[in-house]
Amino acid sequence: MMTTDKEAHSEIEELLPWHAAGTLSRRDRERVEDALARDPELARRYALVREELGETILLNETLGAPSARAMNKLFTKIDAEPACKPAVSLNLGARVSGFFASLAPRTLALAASAAAIAILLQAGLITIFVIKQQSGGYETASAPSTDPGVGSFTIIRFAPQASSDDITKFLAANKLQIAAGPAAGGLYKVRVAATVLPKDELARIVEKLQDDKVVGFIATTE
Amino acid sequence: MQTTSDEVLIARIADGDRLAMQVLFARHHVRVYRFVLRLVRNEATAEDLISEVFLDVWRQAGKFEGRSAVSTWMLSIARFKALSALRRKPEEELDEAMAERIEDCADDPETTVAKKDKAAVLRECLSKLSAEHREIVDLVYYHEKSVEEVAGIVGIPEATVKTRMFYARKKLSELLKDQGIDRGWP
Repeated sequence: MMTTDKEAHSEIEELLPWHAAGTLSRRDRERVEDALARDPELARRYALVREELGETILLNETLGAPSARAMNKLFTKIDAEPACKPAVSLNLGARVSGFFASLAPRTLALAASAAAIAILLQAGLITIFVIKQQSGGYETASAPSTDPGVGSFTIIRFAPQASSDDITKFLAANKLQIAAGPAAGGLYKVRVAATVLPKDELARIVEKLQDDKVVGFIATTE
Repeated sequence: MQTTSDEVLIARIADGDRLAMQVLFARHHVRVYRFVLRLVRNEATAEDLISEVFLDVWRQAGKFEGRSAVSTWMLSIARFKALSALRRKPEEELDEAMAERIEDCADDPETTVAKKDKAAVLRECLSKLSAEHREIVDLVYYHEKSVEEVAGIVGIPEATVKTRMFYARKKLSELLKDQGIDRGWP
């Protein structure tokens, strides 16, 4: 029995990185959550995983982006390619894709433009909201600062299905301020308090915020 | 309004739609570039490789069967291209800018920790992992790939994916310990 428990524990521990990244199946996610609720040591190790996840994202975000040379080179090569024949797809997925693919390029272009406008609109709404609640944030008696560069921060990637309205309500309900972003990867730097909170307190706030369906990823940052 | 899915874009690319290719490139090229860059550690090589990756997407779109996500398929192509490039250049050629980013670890552990915060040391140690370990950590944490997807990209069984990730994390803890940070795990 002991061995079985140990094996199950180890199996659960191996899943922690995927739990933190939100890529587990519902069944596995529930198993991990159940184990985390019962086992404080596992919960401590999960906190380490979340640190790794946050820093891996930051590390990758510092890698920059390729220059326009890559795109120019690609399309020069594509232009030099012989005209391709439409592929005959046999599977259902491809046929369904084919149906959608029958939409005109102009429709596609409009969809892409609309998406870009939606993102800009969302960014605009968030900015308006941030301006409106410049005095927000968790405030303590010890000299709160209005300098957006001072305080306690997290990085947040909002869930893809979250609307700008959801995000606005989430920010308001939790008295959060967006300090920067979106960076590549859709990451925002969000101020949760106007003062530098103790790590434990910040961790508690992050833990609470991560349960909100609007949040896709959240980690502490400086 | 929803954006056009990657699968629809691939279907259009298979029919020779250049605009769909532009949309797909805009959507994914930064992540593919970063994945390749972490493997080859040379910015110019990584830029060349992403052109090749997307050219393969253009050529092979008609053969895409939708058994994996488009991003997973592209990362598989990117990985193959990166490893082929590394085989052509067995002595990993670090460009100067990249070499400058790899920090000098001549300080003793206490000095290192005193100089930087824990997060910075953690990032530095993540950079020092072997290519195999870096790859799996990036795929899981940054590219948000499931166990099954990582297995597909790397070409190893799912059980090995979990074990490799575990050992990558264990190695990370060892590197941190060498820098004076004991995480109390494993």
